Amino acid sequence: MNLQNITLISFGYFEKDFLEKTAEAVRLEFVCSANIREGHIDLSDFYDPGRRQYNGDKLLRQIDAMAFPDSVKVIGLFNIDLFIPILTFIYGQAFLGGRSGIASHYRLSNEPYGMVMDKKILLDRFRKEVIHELGHAFGLIHCYQPTCVMRSSTYVEDIDQKEQHLCLTCRTQLGV
Amino acid sequence: MGKKISILIVDDEESVRDSLYSWFIEDGYHVECAENAKKALTIFESGQFDIVLADIKMPGMDGLEMFRRIKALNQASIVIIMTAFATVDTAVKALKDGAFDYITKPFDPDDLTHLIRNATKQISLTDENEILKQKVVSLECVEDLIGNSEAMKNVLREVESVAQTNSSVIITGESGTGKELVARAIHANSPRKFFPFVSVHCGALTESLLESELFGHEKGAFTGAMYNRKGRFEMADSGSIFLDEIATISNKMQVELLRVLETKTFIRVGGNKEISSDFRVICATNKDLRNMVDKGTFREDLFYRLNVVNIHIPPLRERMADIPLLVNYFISKYCTSMNKQPIAIDPSAMKRLQDFNFPGNIRELENMIERAIVVGDGKKISLRDLPLEKNIVPNAAESLDDFERAFILQILTKYSWNISRTAKALKVDRVTLYNKIRKYDLKQAD
Repeated sequence: MNLQNITLISFGYFEKDFLEKTAEAVRLEFVCSANIREGHIDLSDFYDPGRRQYNGDKLLRQIDAMAFPDSVKVIGLFNIDLFIPILTFIYGQAFLGGRSGIASHYRLSNEPYGMVMDKKILLDRFRKEVIHELGHAFGLIHCYQPTCVMRSSTYVEDIDQKEQHLCLTCRTQLGV
Repeated sequence: MGKKISILIVDDEESVRDSLYSWFIEDGYHVECAENAKKALTIFESGQFDIVLADIKMPGMDGLEMFRRIKALNQASIVIIMTAFATVDTAVKALKDGAFDYITKPFDPDDLTHLIRNATKQISLTDENEILKQKVVSLECVEDLIGNSEAMKNVLREVESVAQTNSSVIITGESGTGKELVARAIHANSPRKFFPFVSVHCGALTESLLESELFGHEKGAFTGAMYNRKGRFEMADSGSIFLDEIATISNKMQVELLRVLETKTFIRVGGNKEISSDFRVICATNKDLRNMVDKGTFREDLFYRLNVVNIHIPPLRERMADIPLLVNYFISKYCTSMNKQPIAIDPSAMKRLQDFNFPGNIRELENMIERAIVVGDGKKISLRDLPLEKNIVPNAAESLDDFERAFILQILTKYSWNISRTAKALKVDRVTLYNKIRKYDLKQAD
């Protein structure tokens, strides 16, 4: 199966190397091309002052509405605290079997948990989160394999436990 | 994950429904949403959901009323109440009314995951419990108690009436008559049927081993006692304990057993803590306990404690009318277990079985049929498949002539109708043997 092109759109400041390494991981995992673009939207439209967080549902719909005819999947990359109305926070989300997803590294960094910043760990977690959300966009549901990247993670420690790769079952399902 | 769990989300806020829908769909659940209680009830009735996540405050019918109606439709469904801080008291009330749990909006992703995981675990445990209950019933049903004879009908009537009580039972009967089956039937028909049936073969254990087996032991109680171990009385809590060959237990054990039966408490070997257990005792013996009491080898007080109800199982020779039924049952049982087509039995073989006195009772008949199916040609059980050469003795109820006829035939068959050898074995002369053959009209083909 040719999964064609995936577009990663960064919103806000990201180091170039950080984005490149994330895109490389996506390329290897989904056996496709992955390009990086820079996006500009007014995030204040998505800010909820009551929760001091950004509405992930609205952001996802915004990304989905953007036209990228050359891309089969699009994922918005952020560094903001995301929420959906029913949950206190999310790391990211995607339309299951849809075209778009979003992921934020705000809660993936060590700093909000009172630990020293570790770029390597952050990159590792972010790549897993991006691949995880793209997996949903490709129609994969949560996997029960402990090390599969599609395993549900509600803590950063959960993300650290799993690998950056799809398990054999998920890969078979995806046809890669 | 086993079966696909279905979740119904009921909330008047679209954003909440959408968020939860996306969250659960990614976990592989079957999810449906309803914006009010009325619609939710319609969907629930048509689909029967495993889990319902319901908001308390909704326009029209509120979440609590909907919860009561869902429970009325399906008692087993799990309802989780979603609430804001202001309505926690109402949610607690729902919990008291049987809601599975409540969760306060907005949820922590981990809390939601754990809540649903616990709910699915409960669903699978309930399903598993139901399946196991059915298995227990099918395993312990009384279908192995076969018999249409009056003697067997009496036994079944006694089993039925005694099963509902808590009285101790002594089952008597010769070896191989099916005493343990009767004990299992009593247990399976009693209110204790969903609790353990623990069987102890008293005759197979030495006194000290039996003590440790029945009462359990503490770590270090004796050499080799490396761990604490529950005894059979403890394991039989809420169920029944079957003490087979009760007549073989020593005097010391008789005293200890009497004390346990009277107090329903005991102490593990090497322990000092008193343990209580609620069990029903069913005993079995092939000895005459009354006679043993008279001789002083079995305690009278224990005898009376155990002998509240006595069920006597007649030997097979006293219910020969049941043999065709038993034979057909065993043929069907072993053909099924050996993956063979059900086979018939030759009428002459059946007749011979009905003439046999079966000192080993039903166990002997069962083994005979199993062997015949194994060694036979797979089409029909014939005389040569049955190991009946030895011990053909007619029923005690029949005449001396019948006995003599069958006995002479047995020896003739054994020596392949060699008259000289048969006469020598019978310690009669050849002329006498010929006379007997003529008298009883014995033929080689018989």
